[in-house]
Formats: sequence, C-alpha cells, structure tokens
Amino acid sequence: MSGPVSVLGRRSRARTVALIFLTVWLIAATVPFLWTLWGSFKVQADFFSREDWRNAIFGVNTIQQTGDAFTGDGYAGAWIEREFWRAALNTGLVVLCVTSVSLMVGTLAGYALSRSSRQYAFWLLIGALIFRAMPHITLVSGYLLPFFELNVWGVLPTAIVVLVAINQPFTIWMLHSFFLSVPRDLDESAMVDGCSQFQAFRLVIIPVMWPGVITTGLFSFLLAYNDFVVTALLLNQDNQTMVPKIASFLGTVQTEGAIMYAVAAVVSATVPLFVLVLFFQRQIVGGLTAGAVKG
Amino acid sequence: MRTKVFLGFVAPSVALMVLFIALPIASIVVQSLHVEHPRVLEEVETCSPFGGCTTELRVDTTATDSLREAEPLGRFAGLETYLNRNHLASAEIGAILRDNDGPADVVARIYDLPFYKALAFTLAYTFLVTPIAIVAGFFVALGVTGVTKGLRGPVIFMSLLPYIVTPLIGALIIYWMTGSDGIIGATLQVLFDDPGLHLRASPVLTWITLIVYGIWHMTPFAFVVFYAGLQTVPSDTLESAMIDGANRWEQIRYVVIPHLAPLVTFIALILLMDNFRVLEPIVSFQAEAHATSLSWAIYNDLYGQADQLFASAAATSVLTTIGVAVLLMPSLLRTWRSFRERGARS
Amino acid sequence: MKTFTITAAVGMAFATIASAECGIEAGSVRILGNDFDAISIVTDEARTCASDDVEVTVNLTTEHKNIQVPALSIDPAEYTVAIVANNSIVPLLNDGLIRPLDDLIARYGEDLSPQQMIRVGGETVAIAFMGNAQHLYFRSDVLEEAGVEPPETYEDVLAAAEAIRAAGIQEHPLAATNAAGWYLAAEFVNMHLGMGGDFFEAGTAEPAIENEAGVATLEMMKALSEYMGPDFLNYTADEMKALYLAGDVAIMNQWGSMAGAHIDGETSGNADVSEATVLAAAPTVGGGSIPAAALWWDGFAIAANVSDEDAAASFQAMLHATRPEVAAANPNAATWLIPGFEPTETSQAVLATARAGALAYPMTPQMGLLHTALGAELTDFMQGNETAEEALADVAASYRVSAREAGFLQ
Repeated sequence: MSGPVSVLGRRSRARTVALIFLTVWLIAATVPFLWTLWGSFKVQADFFSREDWRNAIFGVNTIQQTGDAFTGDGYAGAWIEREFWRAALNTGLVVLCVTSVSLMVGTLAGYALSRSSRQYAFWLLIGALIFRAMPHITLVSGYLLPFFELNVWGVLPTAIVVLVAINQPFTIWMLHSFFLSVPRDLDESAMVDGCSQFQAFRLVIIPVMWPGVITTGLFSFLLAYNDFVVTALLLNQDNQTMVPKIASFLGTVQTEGAIMYAVAAVVSATVPLFVLVLFFQRQIVGGLTAGAVKG
Repeated sequence: MRTKVFLGFVAPSVALMVLFIALPIASIVVQSLHVEHPRVLEEVETCSPFGGCTTELRVDTTATDSLREAEPLGRFAGLETYLNRNHLASAEIGAILRDNDGPADVVARIYDLPFYKALAFTLAYTFLVTPIAIVAGFFVALGVTGVTKGLRGPVIFMSLLPYIVTPLIGALIIYWMTGSDGIIGATLQVLFDDPGLHLRASPVLTWITLIVYGIWHMTPFAFVVFYAGLQTVPSDTLESAMIDGANRWEQIRYVVIPHLAPLVTFIALILLMDNFRVLEPIVSFQAEAHATSLSWAIYNDLYGQADQLFASAAATSVLTTIGVAVLLMPSLLRTWRSFRERGARS
Repeated sequence: MKTFTITAAVGMAFATIASAECGIEAGSVRILGNDFDAISIVTDEARTCASDDVEVTVNLTTEHKNIQVPALSIDPAEYTVAIVANNSIVPLLNDGLIRPLDDLIARYGEDLSPQQMIRVGGETVAIAFMGNAQHLYFRSDVLEEAGVEPPETYEDVLAAAEAIRAAGIQEHPLAATNAAGWYLAAEFVNMHLGMGGDFFEAGTAEPAIENEAGVATLEMMKALSEYMGPDFLNYTADEMKALYLAGDVAIMNQWGSMAGAHIDGETSGNADVSEATVLAAAPTVGGGSIPAAALWWDGFAIAANVSDEDAAASFQAMLHATRPEVAAANPNAATWLIPGFEPTETSQAVLATARAGALAYPMTPQMGLLHTALGAELTDFMQGNETAEEALADVAASYRVSAREAGFLQ
C-alpha cells in the first residue's frame, strides 16, 4: 500500500490544481477562526463594530478604553469572573464519559451487527437510522417531565446517559461498517481454538480495531463537546457545560462586554480540539480507512 | 452468530435506544394524534403595576383539570394536526387548486403556507449543500494528500475548523461578518460596486448565504472520510493504470473515484439526514423572515414563546422523520441488497 | 480544635443573623429565572438568606421558559420560586402551577406597595419588582440640525425622519426592533395598543385584529420601515444598539432596560452619540391618547406544589431580596418597582411611558399563541409581498390553528 502521494504524483498538474484548491479552502476555513482569535483580544465595540470592520483589526476603541491595542478582558471575564473553568471541567467530564460509554456499548452492538446475517440485524440498523432522523429538540422536550418526576433532572449523569443514547445510532452504524472490514476468519478461527464469542471479540477483534474505535470516538467526542440542546435543557446552572455557558454569556439580551466573554470562551474551547486532532491524526486516518471504505 | 449471543451483545445499546429514543418517539406519535382539551375560560379582573385593572380571560384550572384527569392524553384528534393549515394544509391546498389564476398563483399561494415555505428551503438546502459538500470534501482530501507529511496535522486541523467550532458562535461570527458593515458584507459591496447590497435583506441572498454557510460547515465531514479512504487506494491498480498510459486525471477518474464510491453512500446518508434537519444557521443568522426549515418550525413551536405547542411540534417531527426516510430510501435499499448478499454468502 | 469551635460558633452566629434578617426559620428556597444582570442582583440577595436551616439554590438560565412548566408540575416542585414576566407567567397560570399569595402578603408583606401586586380574579399571583417598556431614544444633535422638534407622536417621527433624510444627514434615520419572530410581534403589540385596538373579541379567544386598527397598525409599521436600513427585519435590540451607537440612526424605539448601555459614554464606545441621546416616553399614534408601547414587569411567583413552609420561606427570601435597600444600592440596574425607589435618568422614560397611560402587555391565556403567529406571518407584509389585510388574515388563520390545538377555540 503506497501513500496517497502516488494518487497525485509529485510534480503533476493535478497536484498543483489540488493544492490551489486546498489553499482556497484553507483560507475559507481558517479566516473566520483567525478573525475570532484576533478579535477575542479586542473590546466589543471593535470586534462587533457597526461603524467600520477595520476597527476589529486596529482596535480603535480597545486603545481608547483600555490604553492598549490588545486586552485580555474577555478571557479574564470568562475564566475568572464568570467561572468558565467550572463549565470546562463539566464538559471534560461529560465528553470523557460519553465517549467511553458510547464506545463500550457501541462496539459490542456494532460487532454483533456485523457478524449477524439475520433479518432482525438489518431491521435494527434501519431502526437506528430512523431513530437518528428524529429532531433532538422534540426528544429532549419529552424527557423533561419524567426526569423531574424521577428526580434525575439537572445532574451530569443524566445528560451523559442521554447523550450516549442519542449518539448510539451513529456509533453503531459507523462501528458496524468498520467491523465488516475485519475478516470473519479472524474471530471464527479464534472460536475454533476455544474462545467464546466475547473472548474472540475482546482478544482478537478489538486489538486490530483501534483505529476504527478512535475515529468513532472522535465523532462521539465532537457530539458531546458541541451539544447545546441536551445540555442546555437537562442541566442546571451549577452543572452547566461549556456550550450552554457560552450561550448564557450571550443571554437573552446581551450585557455590554459579556459577548466578548463568549468569543474568548469559544477560542479557549478550540485549543483542546487542536491538541486532540494532532494527537489522533494518524489513528483517525487509519480508522476510517478500515471501515467506511467497505460501506 | 446465534440469536442469544447476538442479543447479549446488542442488549445495552438496544436498551438505551429503546428507552431514550424509541419510547419517546412512540409518545411523540401518540401526542401528534391528540390535541388539548377545551380550556374552560372565565372572565376576570386582571391588575398589573401599570395600566390599572382590565377584564381579561383566565383558564379555570379546576374545571380544566377534571377534564384532563378523565383523559390525560388530551382529546383524540386523529390526523387533524397533520392536515391543519400550519402543517400539510390539505383544505387550503384543495381550495388553491380549485380556484386559482394559473400555475404561478398556485405556487405563490402554496409557498405562503408555513409548512411548504419551510419544506422549500429545507429541500433546496439539502440538495445543494449535500452534493457540493461531497465534491468539495473530495478535492480538499486530494489536496491534503499532496501536502508534505509534517504539515498534514495542522492542515487537517485547519480544514476541520468549520465543523468543530461550536455552531452557536461560529454562525454568529459569520453572521456578523456578512452584515453590511462586516468584513464580508462591506467587501462584497465594494466588489459589486453596489452600496445597496445587503446579504440579509433579500430572500435570494439570504438563501445563498445560508447554503454557502452549510457547505462551509459540512465540507470537513466529507473531507475526513474521503481522506481516510484515499489512504487505501490500491497502489498496484494505480500502477497498472499508469502503465496503460492513463494520465493523473484519468487515474483519479477510473481508479480513485470508483474506489471511493462506497464512501459516498455513507457520507451522503449522514449529510442528507443532517442537512434535512438544518436549524442552527437559521436561528443564528436570524433568517426566519426569508428562510425557515422543518426543524425551525419545531423549534418555533417548542421554544418560540412562553407556550409550547407539543402536538404541532410532534406532528412536524413525525413528518420530518418520514421525509428523512424517503430521502434515504435509495441508500437503505442498497444496504438491504448488500445485507442479502452477505446472508447468502454465509 | 478550639479555633475550630470558635470559627464554627462565629459562623453560626452569622447564619443566625442572616436568617434573622430575612426572618426565615427553616425551609428550602429554590429559584428559577432568566439569566440577566438585574435578576442576578435579586437572586444574589436571596442567597444571603441561606443558613443551617434554610437552603437557597438558584438556577438562572435562558431556557427558563422551557423548563418551568414541567419543573413546577411535579410534586414537590423542583423550584419554589419562578421569576416571571407578563408573558411567562401565563403558562404557569393556565396550568394552575402557582399559588395565590394573599395569605403570605397578609403575614409578611406589609411593606409591599399595592402597585407591585399582580392580581388575577381577585387573587395576587405574583409580586412585580421591576418594569420595562420600549420607548423613544433620539439624537438631539441630529434633530436640531434637521430643525425638527422632539417627536411626540409616530406621525411626528415620520415627519422628522423625512426632514433628516431630506437634509441629507442620514439615509436611514429610524430603527425599531423589527427582527422577524418575537421582536416583530412585540412591535405590532406596541403599535396596536397605541391605536386602541383589541387583540381578541371580548370574552372569547377569537382573534380581533382583522379590522381598521390592525390595518392602521401595519401601515404605520411599514411607513416607519421605509426609513430604516434594508435589513430591518434583522433588527434585534442588540443589533439596534450597535447600529445606534455607530451613529447611523437618529430615532429608535428601544427597550428601556438597555438605556444605561446607550447613554453611558464611557462604555458605549461612542461618547458623542451617548452625550446627545435623549430618552423620552413612547409616542402616541393615530390620534390616540396613550403611548404605543406595552408595559412589562418582572416579578416572582411561588409554586403551588410545595409545602407551606417552603412557600413561606421562599416568599420571605424574595421579599428580602427585593427590599428597598437593594433598589437603592443598584439604581441604574433596572426600573425598580420597589417602594421608595428614586428613579434615575435611565428609568425616567419607562416611568414617563407608564404615567402617560400605556397599557400592560396582556396576560390573556392565549396571547402567547397570537404573538407567535404575528411574529411568523407579518414578515411577508413587511417585505411588501402582501397587503395588510392578507397578512392579518394569515395571522388569524395561523393563530386559530394553534388556539384550537391548545384548547382555547373549538
């Protein structure tokens, strides 16, 4: 298996065209973020200027209000005054639990689905897909009353279980296709050697499946990380995660300056993702290769 | 795999899905078939800090509660909610079809009905964003494979940014940039030499803005999957194609694309479903004057004001789910066929 | 060990003082409210009532409207106190989830002014502690330059806008919160109240907007929008503030609660505009005698499904949190409706609007449904795609469907 470089060749015109396209894309993808990063060190009157967008670059009002072209007020306000760190901790806890539980539950089901050729397996997959089609806001509104009655509303475990459940259809679909790409001979021969199906799964299949598991984990992670509907409606203020916290900076009507807390918080929230993507880059690629290709 | 073992493996996942998705869906379907009991209203004097006292209506809660206790689900209405003006509007459509001034009038009057207005944008969005995001994702993936290895990590991260930055804020910042005084809005005014150009003011421009945002937001998903797929293009096939004198584009056309074809099904499945449920950009771009979607209609029923219209939201949700099922039918049939083949093999 | 005991004793002493101040012996106070500054001032005060025997928890969230009904439906309710406004109290009233406060007022509320009591059918259902309304903000410098008098009616506003445009000072001198959805509907309600219009047939839930007052309301809104920027259907209160402070607008109809952010030259980002800003009562319209603005209040209600002890504790804690000292210490935070509050510059215009006889936003059970229908169906008219009559017919049709679903119409 040679690398993808051979797809384009080292000095081909195709490569040049692809690189030009990539450059255009990278500009489109990063400029809004860089704009936000730069603007997070300005005051609201500059970053959200109605007078002249160039204020966001030069920081006219920032200089006037703080004496310097850059200010850390947004960060200080978000992290210290409004205790964004608490939300960050909650998010950390939620994404960790959601990702690991999703994968544990999902790999089992995905594996079984890939190894069964009965009709019910097919209908389970189709059912999961239909489940995924239901808009989340409708589902979550239905949870509220039972959760209040059971006295489980407002706490992190509830939000975690709901996020895991809502994410199951995607997880089992993705993992199912990954497992399809692992030859059946592998676990069947293990079972001939006396392993139970579960042992075959745990000792033989999982070790070769790490990339797929990690890729699926990344999507579980992103879902839990960026979720607004579930966390905003099912958590109380003390247990708020980052996204509802950011929404609360925006408020129903914006308080002067608080919108910059939101901007600073968004920039801060992107840093762990950067580390994560760099760290798992190889696995992500290896992972998707294995499964999705076989569809 | 034996049924018993199979059940053991899928039990936790199925239990979660049944408890948190299937049961709620069942209750949503039931809810969509019911409407609230008639409220017993009475006229009373209402006083507030200003304006003094006025005579206003009030719900007689004791009388209403006794009705509720008798039938907690509400009054059975059958498909009434589905067919009313704010949903499928069967009576209104019938009236329009019976008496109209030609096709243009029919289209205009149907578009004036909230459900069809939402459906029009939802479909346009889904069918434009999905293919364009897939094609753009493919080219980005091709491009990334051409980048030197050391740079790939950062390039992948940068390409993923539109997908991973919290849509709540991502869309807000783009919204601000596209305002007439924002960097994009103001630059476009200069480029087109038209100071009256307002991206937010016209329906067409709003649709274009939302669709471009959708493509920008969804391309990274297609990119990641394709990029992974590109890693497994069999080199021997490529080499034999090269020996046969195929140029680069021909290699891509005849080797790479067929190899990635199964991936397209997977990406299309996810993108169709997610795009059909488009909501966040409409809320963040405050675009509801010009563009609404089915998910937005649900959002508006549930969170638009102090009152929540559960039956109406439930009916729109069921219609959305049916819409998704119809959209996915080709992919589902394909899965069914491959499933049957697998069954036949083993 | 000894220090520990002393600290504990001191702590307990403080706790006793604190609860003595609030007058609560025991109970649980659990508050749900919207997430904004003035409310957090109140809830922070309520928190000081916490002691060994008194538990105080607060959940301020922008999603409060969506969780309040299920949260108060269970027994015992998740929250004992709901901080509500004219519109968000309605779902609680409709389902009988809040309790009459009259006996609590008799026992603890001797300092309350009658003006604070929200009464429905002879029962006090909530205690208001702050007020709000949309009113005029205008630039005295621009008006002077254009040679027009400060407007008192919407007809004056139109004339002033024409004069400003004709003088070449500003192309789009007006703004109003016309953002499609909730805001646009609120503008309609304001204007319709000023026109003397009714929303419903007396004694029923039948809509009563398809008439002359309704058409006149829409035509005035449309006429005003001709002097606004082309993206006026995106003007939220926040957007309008930015627009105004950028110096692009001369006259606007903005929320009173945002006055401080506009007239404080140090933080507004445009000291000249802030300096020249005049706050005035909402104008009258169509020869009417009352300002075209709905008055809003924020207040607290006590859940029905809680023990009498918790209800009493919650009522006392909230009275403590809305005592005159709180208003006196934060005079610019809100237009307090607390007895003894000396109005500051920022709240004058809201009070002037109230004094001129403006009406409160209706607390009718089905008003929220009409509001939603207005917000969704008026956009076609505002864009010039429909006549006023067609738009009102659409609103009525859309409202009738939801009102039937909610059980208000048969």
